[in-house]
Amino acid sequence: MKRLLLAWITLALLTTGHALAAPGSRLWATGGVTSIEGSAGGGLVPWALLSGYASDQEWSGTLALSQASVDDYTVSFTGASINWHNRVELSVGRQTLDLDTLGAALNEDELTQDIFGVKVRLWGDVLYSPYGQWAVGIQHKRNREFTIPSAVGARDETGTDLYLAGSKLFFAAAFDRNVLVNATLRGTKANQGGLLGFGGDQGDRYDMQLESSVGVFLDRRWLTGVEYRQKPDNLSFARESDWWDVFVAWVPNRHLAITAAWVNLGDIAGLKDQQGAYLSLQGSF
Amino acid sequence: MTSFKHLMVMAVLLFAVGCQSLNQPEPDSLYEDLGQRAGIAQIIEDMLYGVVDDTRIAFQFKGVDIVELHQGLTDHICQLSGGPCTYSGRDMREAHKDMNITATQFNALTENLILAMEKNRISTSAQNRLLARLAPLHSEVRNL
Repeated sequence: MKRLLLAWITLALLTTGHALAAPGSRLWATGGVTSIEGSAGGGLVPWALLSGYASDQEWSGTLALSQASVDDYTVSFTGASINWHNRVELSVGRQTLDLDTLGAALNEDELTQDIFGVKVRLWGDVLYSPYGQWAVGIQHKRNREFTIPSAVGARDETGTDLYLAGSKLFFAAAFDRNVLVNATLRGTKANQGGLLGFGGDQGDRYDMQLESSVGVFLDRRWLTGVEYRQKPDNLSFARESDWWDVFVAWVPNRHLAITAAWVNLGDIAGLKDQQGAYLSLQGSF
Repeated sequence: MTSFKHLMVMAVLLFAVGCQSLNQPEPDSLYEDLGQRAGIAQIIEDMLYGVVDDTRIAFQFKGVDIVELHQGLTDHICQLSGGPCTYSGRDMREAHKDMNITATQFNALTENLILAMEKNRISTSAQNRLLARLAPLHSEVRNL
């Protein structure tokens, strides 16, 4: 119900878009889209870009709804962010893993966590700086139910990821199309992004993980690309896989972004090769 | 046997010719793709119409001789795109020294340029190639 309401608000904002103030001065699509953890990025990976379109004298914000339906699970995210002067991004959101297949056996429908993010642009501009744009961020995650994560060996119900991200757009780099390259180094203890808690019987230390994305702007409204996200493996009960996806994002104007992707979340809690479609709707204001 | 030798010689020659043509600098097509000087002049004119209507940056152009600015920008883009023009105005750092151009204002100008190129049906390819040549001027224009 809450998701429906948010979807309605998002759509209402979009359709009345022309009546609102412009959402900021940065060029189209340079805010990325809302990742599944609420930080501006692609679908699975946070980028060095800050959300929305605020430039150095402006504010902006985003609302987003995302859902990935893989074979035996559904991952959803609902969140919001604000961007102050293209310097600081604050994000908040709720992520849910519906246990479509395991639910009955575990007597639990879903795993849920809240994610609070802060990202600070350190230096540079993704379009104009020769060495790109760099940002650091944290994502503080809090499990709302810890019974299942605890039962499978997770140590903590809260955890904080730290990351350093670099993003750079290369103009006319491939077939005269602009190419966006992102690399993110994340320190994390999270199991399945935190949905299965933090730390475990196989490790309770921060692991450094590499995440990256490459996208090509077919024109200024269409971005297509791939993402890869390395993941730790702290729980002995089941192997954890890296994630990847192939995406297409449509950004018709500064108010709307729609992202479709094919995601591969690998093995999750013993269920193999979880793949499926991802769809995300983002409104900016 | 001789025919085999002939073939080899032909192959080597073809390869050499191929390499040579690869090494030759291509004639600069960006200038052509932007519609030569007349096309560039039209793009700049449309961009400036956008600028004067744009409250983010219009004030930066107050008191500027627009005809002279149009000529200077056209020559500059013409030269950057490989056309037979010479930009003889001040260098970018000097010209913008006291303007304190913010990121917001720089983005606004880029936006007006892109919209002007779209209005003139410039291909995505040519737009990107021009932006690639303009992007390095960012630090000079913003005095960074």
